[in-house]
Amino acid sequence: MKIVVCIKQVPDAKNVRIDPNTHTLVRQGVESIINPFDLFAVEAALRLKDRHGAHVTAVTMGPPQAEEALRDVLGRGVDDAVLLSDRAFAGADTWATATALAAAIRKIGDVSLIFCGKQAIDGDTAQVGPELATILDIPYATFVKELDLDGPDHLKVVRRTDEGTEIWRLPMPALITVLREVGDPRVPSLKHKMRAKKASIPVWGIRDVGLEEDRVGLSGSYTQVVRVFSPPRRSDRVMLQGSVEEQVEQLYRYLKEAKVPGL
Amino acid sequence: VGTGPKDDLSAYRGIWVFAEWRQGAIHRVSFELLSAARKLADKKGVPCAAVLLGSDLDGVAPSLLEYGADTVYVIDHPNLAAFTDEAYADSLVALVREKKPEILLAGATTMGRSFIPRVAALLQTGLTADCTDLDISEDGLLLQTRPAFGGNVMATIICPNSRPQMATVRPRVMRPEKDARNGRIEKVDLPEEVFRSRVEVLEVIPEEDTTARLSEAEVIISGGRGLQKAENFRLVEELAQLMKGAVGASRSAVEEGWAPPSHQVGQTGQTVAPTLYMAVGISGAIQHIVGMQGSKVIVAVNKDPEAPIFDVASCGVVADLFEFIPAFIQRLKKEG
Ligand SMILES: Cc1cc2nc3c(=O)[nH]c(=O)nc-3n(C[C@H](O)[C@H](O)[C@H](O)COP(=O)(O)OP(=O)(O)OC[C@H]3O[C@@H](n4cnc5c(N)ncnc54)[C@H](O)[C@@H]3O)c2cc1C
Ligand SMILES: Cc1cc2nc3c(=O)[nH]c(=O)nc-3n(C[C@H](O)[C@H](O)[C@H](O)COP(=O)(O)OP(=O)(O)OC[C@H]3O[C@@H](n4cnc5c(N)ncnc54)[C@H](O)[C@@H]3O)c2cc1C
Repeated sequence: MKIVVCIKQVPDAKNVRIDPNTHTLVRQGVESIINPFDLFAVEAALRLKDRHGAHVTAVTMGPPQAEEALRDVLGRGVDDAVLLSDRAFAGADTWATATALAAAIRKIGDVSLIFCGKQAIDGDTAQVGPELATILDIPYATFVKELDLDGPDHLKVVRRTDEGTEIWRLPMPALITVLREVGDPRVPSLKHKMRAKKASIPVWGIRDVGLEEDRVGLSGSYTQVVRVFSPPRRSDRVMLQGSVEEQVEQLYRYLKEAKVPGL
Repeated sequence: VGTGPKDDLSAYRGIWVFAEWRQGAIHRVSFELLSAARKLADKKGVPCAAVLLGSDLDGVAPSLLEYGADTVYVIDHPNLAAFTDEAYADSLVALVREKKPEILLAGATTMGRSFIPRVAALLQTGLTADCTDLDISEDGLLLQTRPAFGGNVMATIICPNSRPQMATVRPRVMRPEKDARNGRIEKVDLPEEVFRSRVEVLEVIPEEDTTARLSEAEVIISGGRGLQKAENFRLVEELAQLMKGAVGASRSAVEEGWAPPSHQVGQTGQTVAPTLYMAVGISGAIQHIVGMQGSKVIVAVNKDPEAPIFDVASCGVVADLFEFIPAFIQRLKKEG
């Protein structure tokens, strides 16, 4: 069974801000990490591999330095990796991102299962997984917290919704987006790290996956970001003063005035 | 420029809202969106419609008319009784292809965020996620504003060259307002194949415990490592119960086993935006803050005046929680 895990390198949340003068995102000096949900996706894939045997490939679309993220997951036991990197991919919205990932997955070929994270912590859209599955014309399940094979070519998943939980059965090939509950990521092992260091990671550009400039990156995107800005800062903070009894009374009145329900 | 349908954009007219019907009721976010859509439609001078999907929908549609819909399209089919991405998306897409609305909005609930991306991909158009503000630009485009980077950055997004312009919108941001116009209800017939799904729904288990339904709660009381041990976490639960709210937790509290993972708020847990978020014994690490900073009123109770949680609080209480919370519970009981 071939499994693909889609991982994204994202800026560490602590350091992201808007330059007050240029009104653009400051990316300089911001450390990159692997999107936390994608480490859960890797873990979910490796657990299936441990249980049933599988070949796990990690794919990322990003700048050349995204190779770091791929080496990291190779060190955790992923079998091989592909870096989708080309200037033409830059500025992609979720549709153009999904288009590029779909082309890469088609090129890998014969993939039974695709894992994505619930969402990326930078773009925060949670759209790439469902759009990717739709482009590949395969079924998908989002917000999955437990999963296992159910017979040779089906998957049983437990998903968490706003209302509770649901148990679904999907035929493979299928795509799954995962929550933290699928399992905490294993740490890289010495053996895998050695292999990861030496592994050669192919870099695919748009021609390698059979795409044209107008279908990828900014020019293949339907949405355009026209403005980024800092959220308005809270200017209404009050700090309660006095003894505990006085603070209790003040908080009670504060919540009444704010018309908070439940009082 | 995209690769979507090159048909005439001006053929698309009107603003639609997907009405989410679950467990026998219409989700509140659908009324919120309908009120917002009504205003946008008036600004553009176009009609406003709701699309209701489900099974056995007799008597459900009229409530949508009260919130400003000119038309309520009803897609009623047994296969829509349980939610599946394919049947929901494919039937909605069939109707969009036929009627051509210029804007399509849905709640950013787990349902909306799951199947609306499929709708956008099938229609080959753009989709903006989890918006908190919508407006119409001078040249008539939908201006979609949303938080990204866990709420540290806001972005305004447009979809200029494909239709419909699509957005999911965060619950509890817009206000539902009644505004009945003489609207009508139209039952829609669609070909059988749009109701098919490759996914089989084996079981739907509603969460009975209301303190666990974070995304719908107006009040969330969250506990962190400051509670020190499992028994003490009862304090948070008691306060939540008293205020008819839900119970949240920091990752540390989840790791200690005081609350199940489904209660975790933050970067690797849930993103919430209730009317009141109360953080008890939570330091306010960035990974926690990105999950709750969109809340309307934020109360922080912490004994350390330097705790970063106070940077996002609207009301800060520097106190020992073991003194403050029991006293506050007593105060609430006195009133009730
Ligand atoms: C401020 C801002 C706001 C934006 N808002 C929107 C918007 O509303 N709509 C829109 O269409 N685009 C938007 N974008 C663009 C969007 O962030 C990019 O398209 C991004 O490449 C994918 O979206 P995401 O980060 O939201 O990923 P998500 O859809 O949240 O990611 C889900 C999963 O998809 C996989 N994945 C995502 N990206 C990659 C990748 N590059 N390589 C491999 N796997 C990946 C991972 O498994 C990930 O866990 C926005 C960008 C910015 C900077
Ligand atoms: C990749 C990644 C993802 C993460 N995702 C999340 C996430 O989704 N959600 C999340 O919450 N965290 C997340 N974290 C963890 C996060 O960084 C913090 O470690 C965590 O939020 C701390 O939890 P806490 O505030 O309960 O504990 P602490 O930081 O230990 O804070 C306890 C607080 O309680 C106060 N306190 C102690 N005793 C009392 C008393 N008697 N009265 C009043 N106050 C008292 C202390 O002053 C202190 O401020 C993530 C971390 C990483 C690296």
